[in-house]
Amino acid sequence: MPMNLNQDVIDAPGDYAPALHKTESHPHIRSSAGLHFKTYILILFIVIFAPVGNVLLSKGMKTVDPVKLHDTEGLIHIFMEVFSSPYIWLGIGFLLLFFVSYLLVLSWADYSYVQPASSTSYAVVALLGHFALREPISALRWIGVLVICLGVLVVGNTHPRTTERHR
Amino acid sequence: MIWEVGLLCLIVLAGTSGELCVTRAMKTIGEVKDFRPAALVRVMLRAIRVPWMWVGVSLMAIAFFALLGALSLENVSFVVPVTALSYAAGTLGGEVFLGEHVSRRRWAGVLLVCAGVTLVFIGRK
Repeated sequence: MPMNLNQDVIDAPGDYAPALHKTESHPHIRSSAGLHFKTYILILFIVIFAPVGNVLLSKGMKTVDPVKLHDTEGLIHIFMEVFSSPYIWLGIGFLLLFFVSYLLVLSWADYSYVQPASSTSYAVVALLGHFALREPISALRWIGVLVICLGVLVVGNTHPRTTERHR
Repeated sequence: MIWEVGLLCLIVLAGTSGELCVTRAMKTIGEVKDFRPAALVRVMLRAIRVPWMWVGVSLMAIAFFALLGALSLENVSFVVPVTALSYAAGTLGGEVFLGEHVSRRRWAGVLLVCAGVTLVFIGRK
């Protein structure tokens, strides 16, 4: 089912890829199976690194007092506390890995292809939150996460380019 | 509650606009084909010379601190699904500011995302 929903997109990351400047610099791009392979690998990285990073940040933030934005002195104290937590630094490390993977894949694939394709990370976050941090997740929230993934897949199945190319 | 909603809005708005700027910057770099570490470092060095990258990274940094703030108040399994509202923000921004013609099907997807976020919101304990 998800394969069908996403068929156009999966078939053609390369076709959509050079949105801003095509032809001269990448004449071979359409026939590249390697392009598909490296796109999938990097999206796999994105789907793993971002949720793990967020869960580590959450773990780190649970050890400090809740942030109160109007209390400046308290904010500085919390800031010091936050950046001395190993979980926060580990989380930042994972998010940096995510960011580099994201930048690399965006150098050839469309934002509107990459964003929906990485929608699985919402489900991964919910699973990690539930199993690693023992967060209570109600049935309604699980349904919400599934509906979000479904919605993101529908968005991903639409044509990614709706404006004229100006150059 | 007001802080919470404000932080969530900041994550969504700053995050989405940051990603759009970064996308634009990376498109001017062109497709990365060489994944050896030295080549990747060269790509990153070229990327940081693109002004859009700095705008994007600054916005994403704002979103990051808003995320930290929100995570100190709420569970990660609540905060991250709510940030899916960035799809709605992105679609609306695309139509209003970039003149994109958003199809009914895409709006349907965006509505599903919003419905899902609403369920996550209602479903919190």
